[in-house]
Amino acid sequence: MSSDFWIILTACLMSAACGLLGCFLILRKMALIGDAISHAVLPGIAIAFLLSGTRDSLAMMIGATALGLLAVFLIQWLQNSGIQSDASIGIIFTALFAIGVIIISLNARNIDLDLDCVLFGEIAYVQWDTWTANGIDMGPRSVWMLGSALLIILLLLALFYKQFKISAFDPAMAVACGIPVMLFHYLLMGMVSMTSVASFESVGAILVVGMLIIPASTAYLLTDRLGRMLMYSVLTGVVSSIIGYYTAYILNASIAGSIVTVAGILFGIAFVFSPKHGVLIRRLRQRRSQGTAIAE
Amino acid sequence: MTHLSLSDPIAVTDNNAMAMPLQVTGLTVAYHKKPVVQDVSFTLAPGRLIGLIGPNGAGKSTLLKASLGLVPSIAGDVKVYGKTYQQHRKKIGYVPQRESVDWDFPTNALDVVLMGTYGRLGWFRRPGKHEHETAMECLRKVGMADYAQRQISQLSGGQQQRIFLARALAQQAQLYLMDEPFAGVDATTEKAIISLLEQLKAEGKTVLVVHHDLSTVEAYFDDVLLLNRTLIGVGAVKDIFNADMLQQTYGGKMAVLQGKEGIVLAGK
Amino acid sequence: MWNTIGALILDPNVRWIIVGCMLLGLSSGVIGSFMVLRKQSLIGDALAHAALPGICIAFMLSGVKSTGGFFIGALVAGVLATFGIRWITQYSRIKQDAAMGIILSFFFGVGVLLLTHIQHSGDGGQSGLDKYLFGQAASMMQSDVYVLAGISLLMIVICVALFRLFKLISFDPGFAKGMGLPVAFLEQLLLLLTVIIVVAGIQAVGVVLMSALLITPAIAARFWTDRLHIMVMVSGIFGALSGLIGTLWSGMVSQLPTGPVTVLAATVFFAISALCAPRRGWLAKLWSRKQTKEQWQRQGGISHE
Repeated sequence: MSSDFWIILTACLMSAACGLLGCFLILRKMALIGDAISHAVLPGIAIAFLLSGTRDSLAMMIGATALGLLAVFLIQWLQNSGIQSDASIGIIFTALFAIGVIIISLNARNIDLDLDCVLFGEIAYVQWDTWTANGIDMGPRSVWMLGSALLIILLLLALFYKQFKISAFDPAMAVACGIPVMLFHYLLMGMVSMTSVASFESVGAILVVGMLIIPASTAYLLTDRLGRMLMYSVLTGVVSSIIGYYTAYILNASIAGSIVTVAGILFGIAFVFSPKHGVLIRRLRQRRSQGTAIAE
Repeated sequence: MTHLSLSDPIAVTDNNAMAMPLQVTGLTVAYHKKPVVQDVSFTLAPGRLIGLIGPNGAGKSTLLKASLGLVPSIAGDVKVYGKTYQQHRKKIGYVPQRESVDWDFPTNALDVVLMGTYGRLGWFRRPGKHEHETAMECLRKVGMADYAQRQISQLSGGQQQRIFLARALAQQAQLYLMDEPFAGVDATTEKAIISLLEQLKAEGKTVLVVHHDLSTVEAYFDDVLLLNRTLIGVGAVKDIFNADMLQQTYGGKMAVLQGKEGIVLAGK
Repeated sequence: MWNTIGALILDPNVRWIIVGCMLLGLSSGVIGSFMVLRKQSLIGDALAHAALPGICIAFMLSGVKSTGGFFIGALVAGVLATFGIRWITQYSRIKQDAAMGIILSFFFGVGVLLLTHIQHSGDGGQSGLDKYLFGQAASMMQSDVYVLAGISLLMIVICVALFRLFKLISFDPGFAKGMGLPVAFLEQLLLLLTVIIVVAGIQAVGVVLMSALLITPAIAARFWTDRLHIMVMVSGIFGALSGLIGTLWSGMVSQLPTGPVTVLAATVFFAISALCAPRRGWLAKLWSRKQTKEQWQRQGGISHE
């Protein structure tokens, strides 16, 4: 297989996973929690590296996911004790990210993970980092990690679609009907953590945030149905990945940075031209209603 | 302390209080050090419309939420048909305040009403044909059937309120707790809501409504709970909804004028 | 260890850097107090991330690493980012938090794109640009420190001079408008000051963690007092101490970037405040809650007022 194929596949799996979760994050007004989680998994990844000494994916996945959940828990705790929600987010994710950077800096020789990778990811090298089972080369490790993350997300969302939906729309009513809202909250946060970890090596911490929030927001401007919003979000994410890959090739620059840039540009286009909620159509509607008002 | 009961018309003793829709005993909720709801006890009888009345900040919403376990209480006990609310959740329909949700959520009116059926569906079942029919029927009852496919942010405030009521109907509960369903609605909606309440009552259901407009209390409700942090009074409208009790509930802030048209409050 | 610290302090270069970082901590603590009270804590985060493409474009245009050029580039990018966030929330149904996330990651994405483009096009002068990601105070020149010190002093002077006005717009902008104050102008000014301090701080603390210097000391200070002027002062002091500890510690250990250590120091101040502050601290609250509950139980749930 060519390296193009593996890189694009990795990027598409990542954007599909992020796109699905991102919809629920922005509808629950938790976009910045996603930001916090993607930063907070860093110490988990660093510690897992340090303990296992390898890129053993499973250990890393579990350790870092646990840290993501810990971050959510700490943020919640600070909020409950009366600190504004965005300040709680700011305090916790910077603290955890700082710890992660310090661990990596202090153990630079033991951890095969440089700080640039933390921010940009190494998606260009996915092809060479393969997973070998019983001496057989099974293909790039990132593809396996992201693929299984996506599978878990699809499974959970398909099984519990109605619970995730009602918890996002009206959590008080959901509790009143006996739906364990907190369980689904942490399930969602767990999935975001897991996806952040799986995406981390390929696109880096901050660009995960971009793929969580930007395609979902684009989709939010294009439709009024949750099901379609999920679909559009995945679609714009995948399109950004493909265009982004070739843009990076032309500019000789970071693939991850380029994917997020393209996603941002697609958002800009939807922001202006969306037939439902775009700036242009709003202006047009306003003018028309003014026109009729004058005519009357 | 005497246990106040809405016993009219059925005489309630402690024995058959077991079957009462809602029995609240000594309920106290405190934020930080301040009690917002203090030592509230009452029992609701079946087949009645009950208004929960009191000034702003009296703890009306909090009382409702605490009864459902949505906010933690520091003392007291809530029984729904003789059991804890966890055991009888399916018998309770809750209508939160309209402002408590984001109406920009990407969904339509029918979908919101369908959410009322989620509680009964259990963990894995999806709403099917039967649930869709129930939801449409509930929309029809509130006069919103024509708006089923409408995105919810395109509805007026009154229409949104009716959607919420339809959703509560879809829960097919025995006891309804409604948080200010009349707040900021148009006259059509107000009429639709009140005829719905009458219908629920006729079906033997119990409805507790947080209400603001004192001029309509006598027309709408059978019983009232007067709340200002503590329970000031509870009983049939004709017995306790009078100038004297309202003066106690609203304190010195209001002058209560009693005229032919009913009771009017005037700010001082 | 004390010897190392002594040696560091005696080193005139290090002393300059320490002074610079302390001033940075002080002024960001002061500005941060207002931002936190205005519930705009994470604006600083968005601004810091947004600065990256500005820095890169400044480098691409001028071809040299100059603090002045970077500063202007980052400033322009930061101002654009604040407009972007405002436009998105104003002209679409997207909420503030998502708008911030979009702008933050989009600008950062563009920054990464440009940064890697510069690195790959490989001319020698570009190395060190990535220091802006995590901050390396040791790489600051004396002239950088002068600039930083100047900016910090200016910030503090403005905040002291306009203290009453800032207080009013943080507490009750509607009322301030009613009084005929130029609220919009003051809000813009406060935002501009934030952009300036964020940009000034990036070299020492880095893009990713700059927001912590605005938020953490201010929230820590909030635990100790209900008075704004005391909060601003305590927050400034926490910020300055974090800067001092960060510079010293990262100076002693090779390979340790300044930013994370400074942030960690600030977080420790926060943790101590959140636990131990009288009345608002966690322990104090736990105690008072327990007392309330016991009091209720003693009274048998019946009030005796």
